[in-house]
Amino acid sequence: MKADQFALRDPLRGQALARALQRLAPERPVRIVHVCGTHEITISEHGLRHVLPEGVSVLEGPGCPVCVTSTVDLDRAVRLAEQGVAVCTFGDMMRVPGSRKTLDEARALGAPVHTVLSAADAVGLARKNPAQDVVFFAVGFETTAPGTAAVLLDDPPGNFSVLCSHKLIPPAVQKLVNMPGTGLDGLLAPGHVSTVIGAGAYAGLAGEHCIPVVVGGFEPLDVLYALLLLLRQVADGRAQVENAYPRAVSWEGNRQAQNLLATAFRVSDAKWRGIGEIPCSGLAVRAELSRFDAALKYDVPAVEGQEVVPGCRCADVLVARAVPSDCPLFGGECTPLTPVGPCMVGAEGACAVWHRHGERPAL
Amino acid sequence: MKVAAVEGNMATVEAGGVRARARLDALGEPVSLGDYLLVHAGFAIRRLDPGDAQETLRLLDELLAAGDEG
Ligand code: SF4
Repeated sequence: MKADQFALRDPLRGQALARALQRLAPERPVRIVHVCGTHEITISEHGLRHVLPEGVSVLEGPGCPVCVTSTVDLDRAVRLAEQGVAVCTFGDMMRVPGSRKTLDEARALGAPVHTVLSAADAVGLARKNPAQDVVFFAVGFETTAPGTAAVLLDDPPGNFSVLCSHKLIPPAVQKLVNMPGTGLDGLLAPGHVSTVIGAGAYAGLAGEHCIPVVVGGFEPLDVLYALLLLLRQVADGRAQVENAYPRAVSWEGNRQAQNLLATAFRVSDAKWRGIGEIPCSGLAVRAELSRFDAALKYDVPAVEGQEVVPGCRCADVLVARAVPSDCPLFGGECTPLTPVGPCMVGAEGACAVWHRHGERPAL
Repeated sequence: MKVAAVEGNMATVEAGGVRARARLDALGEPVSLGDYLLVHAGFAIRRLDPGDAQETLRLLDELLAAGDEG
Protein backbone atom coordinates (compact mmCIF):
# COMPACT_ATOMS: atom_id res chain seq x y z
CA MET A 1 0.00 0.00 0.00
CA LYS A 2 2.85 2.34 0.86
CA ALA A 3 4.47 1.58 -2.50
CA ASP A 4 1.19 2.44 -4.22
CA GLN A 5 1.09 5.73 -2.43
CA PHE A 6 4.58 6.58 -3.66
CA ALA A 7 3.66 5.55 -7.18
CA LEU A 8 0.75 7.99 -7.03
CA ARG A 9 3.23 10.74 -6.22
CA ASP A 10 5.56 9.85 -9.09
CA PRO A 11 7.08 13.18 -10.19
CA LEU A 12 7.66 12.05 -13.78
CA ARG A 13 4.04 11.19 -14.29
CA GLY A 14 3.16 14.40 -12.47
CA GLN A 15 5.17 16.40 -14.98
CA ALA A 16 3.58 14.54 -17.88
CA LEU A 17 0.15 15.34 -16.43
CA ALA A 18 1.14 18.98 -15.97
CA ARG A 19 2.16 19.17 -19.63
CA ALA A 20 -1.09 17.53 -20.71
CA LEU A 21 -3.02 20.03 -18.56
CA GLN A 22 -1.16 22.93 -20.14
CA ARG A 23 -2.31 21.77 -23.56
CA LEU A 24 -5.90 22.19 -22.37
CA ALA A 25 -5.63 25.91 -21.61
CA PRO A 26 -9.18 27.20 -22.00
CA GLU A 27 -10.26 30.19 -24.07
CA ARG A 28 -12.31 31.63 -21.23
CA PRO A 29 -11.85 31.42 -17.46
CA VAL A 30 -12.84 28.03 -16.05
CA ARG A 31 -13.85 27.58 -12.43
CA ILE A 32 -13.59 24.12 -10.95
CA VAL A 33 -14.99 23.59 -7.49
CA HIS A 34 -14.18 20.78 -5.10
CA VAL A 35 -16.01 20.12 -1.87
CA CYS A 36 -13.52 18.29 0.24
CA GLY A 37 -11.01 19.50 2.79
CA THR A 38 -8.75 16.58 1.95
CA HIS A 39 -8.64 17.64 -1.70
CA GLU A 40 -7.69 21.13 -0.57
CA ILE A 41 -4.87 19.69 1.51
CA THR A 42 -3.46 17.71 -1.44
CA ILE A 43 -3.80 20.68 -3.79
CA SER A 44 -2.14 23.14 -1.38
CA GLU A 45 0.50 20.82 0.02
CA HIS A 46 1.74 19.79 -3.44
CA GLY A 47 1.29 23.19 -5.09
CA LEU A 48 -1.01 21.73 -7.72
CA ARG A 49 -2.64 25.09 -8.49
CA HIS A 50 0.64 26.19 -9.99
CA VAL A 51 0.68 23.56 -12.72
CA LEU A 52 -2.78 24.41 -14.00
CA PRO A 53 -3.06 26.27 -17.28
CA GLU A 54 -3.82 29.96 -17.21
CA GLY A 55 -7.48 30.75 -16.72
CA VAL A 56 -8.26 27.65 -14.67
CA SER A 57 -9.04 28.10 -11.00
CA VAL A 58 -9.78 25.38 -8.49
CA LEU A 59 -11.72 26.49 -5.43
CA GLU A 60 -12.93 24.81 -2.29
CA GLY A 61 -16.68 25.03 -1.78
CA PRO A 62 -18.65 23.82 1.24
CA GLY A 63 -16.34 20.87 1.84
CA CYS A 64 -15.36 21.28 5.46
CA PRO A 65 -17.97 19.60 7.65
CA VAL A 66 -17.25 21.50 10.85
CA CYS A 67 -17.19 24.82 8.95
CA VAL A 68 -20.67 24.39 7.54
CA THR A 69 -22.19 23.29 10.85
CA SER A 70 -24.68 26.00 11.69
CA THR A 71 -24.18 28.00 14.88
CA VAL A 72 -27.76 27.04 15.75
CA ASP A 73 -26.63 23.43 16.18
CA LEU A 74 -23.29 24.34 17.72
CA ASP A 75 -24.93 26.64 20.27
CA ARG A 76 -27.33 23.84 21.15
CA ALA A 77 -24.43 21.49 21.80
CA VAL A 78 -22.77 24.11 24.01
CA ARG A 79 -26.00 24.65 25.93
CA LEU A 80 -26.48 20.90 26.46
CA ALA A 81 -22.97 20.63 27.89
CA GLU A 82 -23.65 23.61 30.16
CA GLN A 83 -26.72 21.76 31.44
CA GLY A 84 -24.45 18.87 32.46
CA VAL A 85 -25.08 16.52 29.55
CA ALA A 86 -21.84 14.91 28.35
CA VAL A 87 -21.37 16.12 24.78
CA CYS A 88 -19.08 14.03 22.56
CA THR A 89 -17.87 15.21 19.19
CA PHE A 90 -14.93 15.10 16.80
CA GLY A 91 -11.84 17.10 17.73
CA ASP A 92 -12.17 19.52 14.83
CA MET A 93 -15.48 20.78 16.18
CA MET A 94 -14.08 21.82 19.55
CA ARG A 95 -12.62 25.18 18.60
CA VAL A 96 -15.20 26.30 16.06
CA PRO A 97 -16.62 29.62 17.22
CA GLY A 98 -20.32 29.50 18.02
CA SER A 99 -22.36 32.62 18.59
CA ARG A 100 -21.57 32.54 22.32
CA LYS A 101 -18.61 30.26 22.88
CA THR A 102 -16.79 27.22 21.55
CA LEU A 103 -17.20 23.72 22.98
CA ASP A 104 -13.59 24.01 24.11
CA GLU A 105 -14.36 27.15 26.08
CA ALA A 106 -17.40 25.46 27.62
CA ARG A 107 -15.15 22.58 28.66
CA ALA A 108 -12.60 24.96 30.18
CA LEU A 109 -15.44 26.32 32.31
CA GLY A 110 -16.19 22.82 33.57
CA ALA A 111 -18.84 21.56 31.14
CA PRO A 112 -18.55 17.85 30.27
CA VAL A 113 -17.31 17.92 26.67
CA HIS A 114 -15.43 14.95 25.21
CA THR A 115 -13.47 14.48 22.01
CA VAL A 116 -14.17 11.17 20.29
CA LEU A 117 -12.81 9.51 17.17
CA SER A 118 -16.00 7.65 16.40
CA ALA A 119 -19.72 7.58 17.22
CA ALA A 120 -19.04 4.19 18.78
CA ASP A 121 -16.77 5.83 21.37
CA ALA A 122 -19.66 8.03 22.49
CA VAL A 123 -21.87 4.96 22.95
CA GLY A 124 -19.03 3.34 24.90
CA LEU A 125 -18.92 6.34 27.24
CA ALA A 126 -22.69 6.12 27.74
CA ARG A 127 -22.51 2.40 28.56
CA LYS A 128 -19.72 2.95 31.03
CA ASN A 129 -21.58 5.75 32.82
CA PRO A 130 -25.23 4.70 32.96
CA ALA A 131 -26.15 7.57 35.28
CA GLN A 132 -24.75 10.19 32.89
CA ASP A 133 -26.67 11.43 29.85
CA VAL A 134 -24.43 11.37 26.78
CA VAL A 135 -25.07 13.18 23.48
CA PHE A 136 -23.11 12.54 20.33
CA PHE A 137 -22.96 15.81 18.36
CA ALA A 138 -22.95 14.27 14.90
CA VAL A 139 -21.35 16.39 12.19
CA GLY A 140 -20.01 15.37 8.82
CA PHE A 141 -21.13 14.32 5.37
CA GLU A 142 -22.15 10.99 3.86
CA THR A 143 -18.77 9.50 4.80
CA THR A 144 -19.32 9.96 8.52
CA ALA A 145 -23.09 9.54 8.79
CA PRO A 146 -23.13 5.72 8.31
CA GLY A 147 -21.21 5.35 11.58
CA THR A 148 -23.82 7.41 13.42
CA ALA A 149 -26.57 5.37 11.74
CA ALA A 150 -24.88 2.12 12.73
CA VAL A 151 -24.76 3.00 16.44
CA LEU A 152 -28.36 4.28 16.39
CA LEU A 153 -29.49 0.95 14.95
CA ASP A 154 -27.33 -1.13 17.26
CA ASP A 155 -29.56 -0.79 20.32
CA PRO A 156 -27.75 2.00 22.15
CA PRO A 157 -28.37 2.55 25.87
CA GLY A 158 -31.21 4.85 26.99
CA ASN A 159 -28.83 7.53 28.28
CA PHE A 160 -27.39 7.98 24.75
CA SER A 161 -28.76 10.27 22.06
CA VAL A 162 -27.62 12.07 18.93
CA LEU A 163 -27.72 15.77 18.08
CA CYS A 164 -27.79 15.26 14.36
CA SER A 165 -26.16 17.82 12.09
CA HIS A 166 -25.13 15.48 9.26
CA LYS A 167 -25.25 17.03 5.81
CA LEU A 168 -25.43 15.86 2.21
CA ILE A 169 -23.04 16.98 -0.50
CA PRO A 170 -25.03 16.76 -3.77
CA PRO A 171 -27.78 19.24 -2.70
CA ALA A 172 -25.10 21.71 -1.58
CA VAL A 173 -23.38 21.51 -4.95
CA GLN A 174 -26.72 22.05 -6.70
CA LYS A 175 -27.20 25.12 -4.55
CA LEU A 176 -23.87 26.55 -5.78
CA VAL A 177 -24.92 26.02 -9.37
CA ASN A 178 -27.82 28.42 -8.93
CA MET A 179 -26.09 31.02 -6.77
CA PRO A 180 -25.02 34.34 -8.22
CA GLY A 181 -21.26 34.72 -8.43
CA THR A 182 -20.49 31.06 -7.94
CA GLY A 183 -20.92 29.66 -11.43
CA LEU A 184 -19.02 26.43 -11.75
CA ASP A 185 -17.66 24.81 -14.86
CA GLY A 186 -16.82 21.51 -13.26
CA LEU A 187 -16.99 19.57 -10.02
CA LEU A 188 -14.06 17.61 -8.65
CA ALA A 189 -16.23 15.25 -6.62
CA PRO A 190 -15.03 14.06 -3.22
CA GLY A 191 -13.51 10.60 -3.10
CA HIS A 192 -14.74 9.21 0.18
CA VAL A 193 -18.20 10.77 0.19
CA SER A 194 -18.54 9.10 -3.20
CA THR A 195 -17.37 5.77 -1.77
CA VAL A 196 -20.64 5.82 0.12
CA ILE A 197 -23.07 7.52 -2.29
CA GLY A 198 -21.49 6.26 -5.54
CA ALA A 199 -20.41 8.19 -8.63
CA GLY A 200 -23.96 7.77 -9.94
CA ALA A 201 -25.20 10.23 -7.33
CA TYR A 202 -23.94 13.09 -9.52
CA ALA A 203 -25.80 11.98 -12.65
CA GLY A 204 -28.42 14.71 -12.18
CA LEU A 205 -25.80 17.39 -11.83
CA ALA A 206 -24.17 16.35 -15.09
CA GLY A 207 -27.37 15.52 -16.94
CA GLU A 208 -29.73 18.30 -15.84
CA HIS A 209 -27.33 21.08 -14.93
CA CYS A 210 -24.71 20.25 -17.60
CA ILE A 211 -21.86 20.33 -15.07
CA PRO A 212 -18.89 18.05 -15.81
CA VAL A 213 -18.20 15.86 -12.77
CA VAL A 214 -15.10 13.77 -12.07
CA VAL A 215 -14.68 11.81 -8.84
CA GLY A 216 -11.09 12.14 -7.66
CA GLY A 217 -8.82 10.47 -5.11
CA PHE A 218 -6.40 12.17 -2.77
CA GLU A 219 -2.87 11.51 -3.96
CA PRO A 220 -1.38 14.26 -6.13
CA LEU A 221 -1.61 12.16 -9.30
CA ASP A 222 -5.22 11.28 -8.48
CA VAL A 223 -6.10 14.96 -8.32
CA LEU A 224 -4.17 15.93 -11.46
CA TYR A 225 -5.70 13.02 -13.35
CA ALA A 226 -9.21 14.08 -12.27
CA LEU A 227 -8.52 17.71 -13.25
CA LEU A 228 -7.26 16.55 -16.64
CA LEU A 229 -10.48 14.62 -17.23
CA LEU A 230 -12.49 17.68 -16.16
CA LEU A 231 -10.65 20.05 -18.49
CA ARG A 232 -11.10 17.58 -21.33
CA GLN A 233 -14.84 17.58 -20.75
CA VAL A 234 -14.84 21.37 -20.70
CA ALA A 235 -12.80 21.50 -23.92
CA ASP A 236 -15.08 18.96 -25.63
CA GLY A 237 -18.24 20.64 -24.36
CA ARG A 238 -19.29 17.41 -22.60
CA ALA A 239 -20.95 17.10 -19.19
CA GLN A 240 -20.86 13.62 -17.75
CA VAL A 241 -19.81 11.79 -14.62
CA GLU A 242 -16.37 10.17 -14.81
CA ASN A 243 -14.73 8.18 -12.06
CA ALA A 244 -11.00 8.82 -11.65
CA TYR A 245 -10.94 6.99 -8.32
CA PRO A 246 -12.25 3.54 -9.18
CA ARG A 247 -10.12 1.87 -6.54
CA ALA A 248 -12.35 3.34 -3.83
CA VAL A 249 -15.53 4.41 -5.63
CA SER A 250 -18.09 2.46 -7.63
CA TRP A 251 -21.06 3.75 -9.60
CA GLU A 252 -23.59 2.46 -7.02
CA GLY A 253 -21.56 3.23 -3.92
CA ASN A 254 -21.70 1.31 -0.66
CA ARG A 255 -25.21 -0.17 -0.55
CA GLN A 256 -24.88 -1.35 3.03
CA ALA A 257 -23.95 2.15 4.21
CA GLN A 258 -26.80 3.64 2.16
CA ASN A 259 -29.24 1.21 3.80
CA LEU A 260 -28.03 2.20 7.25
CA LEU A 261 -28.56 5.86 6.37
CA ALA A 262 -32.04 5.25 5.01
CA THR A 263 -33.04 3.18 8.05
CA ALA A 264 -31.78 5.55 10.74
CA PHE A 265 -32.39 8.93 9.11
CA ARG A 266 -34.82 10.88 7.01
CA VAL A 267 -33.71 13.61 4.63
CA SER A 268 -34.50 17.08 5.94
CA ASP A 269 -33.89 20.69 5.07
CA ALA A 270 -30.73 21.90 6.76
CA LYS A 271 -29.05 25.14 7.58
CA TRP A 272 -25.47 25.51 6.37
CA ARG A 273 -23.25 28.06 8.04
CA GLY A 274 -22.68 31.07 5.84
CA ILE A 275 -24.93 29.63 3.13
CA GLY A 276 -28.33 29.35 4.76
CA GLU A 277 -31.07 26.80 4.41
CA ILE A 278 -30.67 24.24 1.62
CA PRO A 279 -33.66 22.02 0.86
CA CYS A 280 -33.22 18.28 1.43
CA SER A 281 -29.56 18.68 2.38
CA GLY A 282 -29.50 17.24 5.87
CA LEU A 283 -30.21 14.08 7.82
CA ALA A 284 -32.53 13.93 10.82
CA VAL A 285 -33.13 10.98 13.16
CA ARG A 286 -36.18 8.98 12.04
CA ALA A 287 -39.34 9.14 14.14
CA GLU A 288 -39.04 5.46 15.16
CA LEU A 289 -35.73 6.31 16.82
CA SER A 290 -36.91 9.60 18.31
CA ARG A 291 -35.97 8.53 21.84
CA PHE A 292 -32.36 8.86 20.66
CA ASP A 293 -32.92 12.27 19.08
CA ALA A 294 -31.31 14.84 21.39
CA ALA A 295 -33.19 17.66 19.66
CA LEU A 296 -36.47 16.15 20.96
CA LYS A 297 -35.19 14.67 24.20
CA TYR A 298 -33.85 17.90 25.67
CA ASP A 299 -35.24 21.36 25.89
CA VAL A 300 -32.61 23.18 23.85
CA PRO A 301 -34.53 25.31 21.38
CA ALA A 302 -32.97 26.21 18.06
CA VAL A 303 -32.04 29.87 18.47
CA GLU A 304 -30.79 31.84 15.52
CA GLY A 305 -27.36 33.22 16.34
CA GLN A 306 -24.72 35.09 14.46
CA GLU A 307 -23.35 32.71 11.82
CA VAL A 308 -20.42 34.77 10.61
CA VAL A 309 -18.85 37.69 12.46
CA PRO A 310 -18.51 40.99 10.60
CA GLY A 311 -15.32 41.13 8.56
CA CYS A 312 -14.98 37.33 8.22
CA ARG A 313 -15.46 36.18 4.64
CA CYS A 314 -16.26 32.54 5.40
CA ALA A 315 -19.69 32.98 3.82
CA ASP A 316 -17.95 33.67 0.49
CA VAL A 317 -15.14 31.17 1.04
CA LEU A 318 -17.67 28.39 1.73
CA VAL A 319 -19.41 28.91 -1.60
CA ALA A 320 -16.19 29.33 -3.59
CA ARG A 321 -16.91 33.02 -4.20
CA ALA A 322 -13.65 34.04 -2.51
CA VAL A 323 -10.36 32.42 -1.60
CA PRO A 324 -9.00 32.73 1.94
CA SER A 325 -6.39 35.33 1.02
CA ASP A 326 -9.20 37.62 -0.16
CA CYS A 327 -10.14 38.07 3.49
CA PRO A 328 -8.49 41.11 5.13
CA LEU A 329 -8.26 39.22 8.43
CA PHE A 330 -6.43 36.21 6.92
CA GLY A 331 -3.11 35.61 8.64
CA GLY A 332 -3.40 38.80 10.70
CA GLU A 333 -6.22 38.89 13.17
CA CYS A 334 -7.30 35.41 12.08
CA THR A 335 -4.83 32.52 12.40
CA PRO A 336 -5.20 28.86 13.41
CA LEU A 337 -4.35 29.89 16.98
CA THR A 338 -6.82 32.76 17.00
CA PRO A 339 -9.57 31.70 14.59
CA VAL A 340 -12.17 34.36 13.87
CA GLY A 341 -14.30 32.25 11.55
CA PRO A 342 -15.00 28.53 11.23
CA CYS A 343 -12.85 28.16 8.08
CA MET A 344 -9.69 28.81 10.11
CA VAL A 345 -10.36 25.85 12.42
CA GLY A 346 -9.51 22.23 12.03
CA ALA A 347 -7.69 20.22 9.44
CA GLU A 348 -10.10 20.85 6.59
CA GLY A 349 -11.13 24.49 6.74
CA ALA A 350 -9.96 26.30 3.61
CA CYS A 351 -8.41 29.18 5.55
CA ALA A 352 -6.62 26.81 7.92
CA VAL A 353 -5.21 24.77 5.02
CA TRP A 354 -4.05 27.89 3.15
CA HIS A 355 -2.46 29.26 6.28
CA ARG A 356 -0.63 26.01 6.99
CA HIS A 357 0.73 25.60 3.47
CA GLY A 358 1.35 29.22 2.57
CA GLU A 359 -1.11 28.79 -0.30
CA ARG A 360 -2.04 31.73 -2.47
CA PRO A 361 -4.04 32.04 -5.66
CA ALA A 362 -2.19 30.87 -8.78
CA LEU A 363 -0.90 33.87 -10.70
CA MET B 1 -5.53 0.09 6.90
CA LYS B 2 -4.64 -3.58 7.07
CA VAL B 3 -6.84 -6.01 8.98
CA ALA B 4 -4.92 -7.69 11.82
CA ALA B 5 -7.83 -9.35 13.60
CA VAL B 6 -11.59 -9.73 13.20
CA GLU B 7 -14.07 -10.33 15.99
CA GLY B 8 -17.75 -10.12 15.11
CA ASN B 9 -18.44 -6.70 13.61
CA MET B 10 -15.17 -5.28 14.87
CA ALA B 11 -11.75 -5.42 13.23
CA THR B 12 -8.36 -4.44 14.54
CA VAL B 13 -6.60 -2.58 11.75
CA GLU B 14 -3.10 -1.21 11.45
CA ALA B 15 -1.20 1.19 9.26
CA GLY B 16 2.29 2.60 9.71
CA GLY B 17 2.66 0.91 13.10
CA VAL B 18 -0.56 2.42 14.44
CA ARG B 19 -3.36 0.12 15.55
CA ALA B 20 -6.99 1.11 15.60
CA ARG B 21 -10.40 -0.49 15.86
CA ALA B 22 -12.85 -0.36 13.00
CA ARG B 23 -16.49 -1.37 13.06
CA LEU B 24 -17.61 -3.41 10.08
CA ASP B 25 -21.40 -2.75 10.12
CA ALA B 26 -21.26 -0.24 7.28
CA LEU B 27 -19.21 -2.47 4.99
CA GLY B 28 -21.66 -5.13 3.84
CA GLU B 29 -19.08 -7.71 2.83
CA PRO B 30 -16.95 -10.25 4.66
CA VAL B 31 -13.46 -9.27 5.72
CA SER B 32 -10.40 -11.50 6.07
CA LEU B 33 -7.06 -11.04 7.76
CA GLY B 34 -4.68 -9.04 5.57
CA ASP B 35 -7.46 -7.21 3.71
CA TYR B 36 -7.08 -3.45 3.30
CA LEU B 37 -9.94 -1.27 4.49
CA LEU B 38 -10.82 2.35 3.97
CA VAL B 39 -11.76 3.47 7.48
CA HIS B 40 -13.54 6.71 8.31
CA ALA B 41 -14.31 7.86 11.87
CA GLY B 42 -14.00 4.32 13.21
CA PHE B 43 -16.11 2.60 10.54
CA ALA B 44 -14.85 0.71 7.50
CA ILE B 45 -16.60 2.01 4.40
CA ARG B 46 -14.82 0.04 1.68
CA ARG B 47 -12.53 -2.91 1.13
CA LEU B 48 -9.57 -1.92 -1.06
CA ASP B 49 -7.70 -4.12 -3.47
CA PRO B 50 -3.98 -3.39 -3.19
CA GLY B 51 -3.60 -3.92 -6.95
CA ASP B 52 -6.02 -1.12 -7.74
CA ALA B 53 -3.49 1.69 -7.56
CA GLN B 54 -1.71 0.00 -10.45
CA GLU B 55 -4.99 0.16 -12.36
CA THR B 56 -5.18 3.93 -11.80
CA LEU B 57 -1.59 4.29 -13.02
CA ARG B 58 -2.33 2.18 -16.09
CA LEU B 59 -5.38 4.31 -17.01
CA LEU B 60 -3.34 7.44 -16.48
CA ASP B 61 -0.47 6.19 -18.65
CA GLU B 62 -2.92 5.26 -21.37
CA LEU B 63 -4.47 8.70 -21.26
CA LEU B 64 -1.08 10.41 -21.40
CA ALA B 65 0.08 8.19 -24.27
CA ALA B 66 -3.08 8.93 -26.24
CA GLY B 67 -2.61 12.66 -25.56
CA ASP B 68 0.98 12.61 -26.83
CA GLU B 69 -0.07 11.15 -30.15
CA GLY B 70 -2.90 13.63 -30.62
S1 SF4 C 1 -9.40 34.20 7.29
FE1 SF4 C 1 -10.59 33.96 9.19
S2 SF4 C 1 -11.96 35.70 9.20
FE2 SF4 C 1 -11.21 35.49 7.11
S3 SF4 C 1 -12.68 34.20 6.05
FE3 SF4 C 1 -11.12 32.85 6.87
S4 SF4 C 1 -11.92 32.21 8.84
FE4 SF4 C 1 -13.11 34.02 8.24
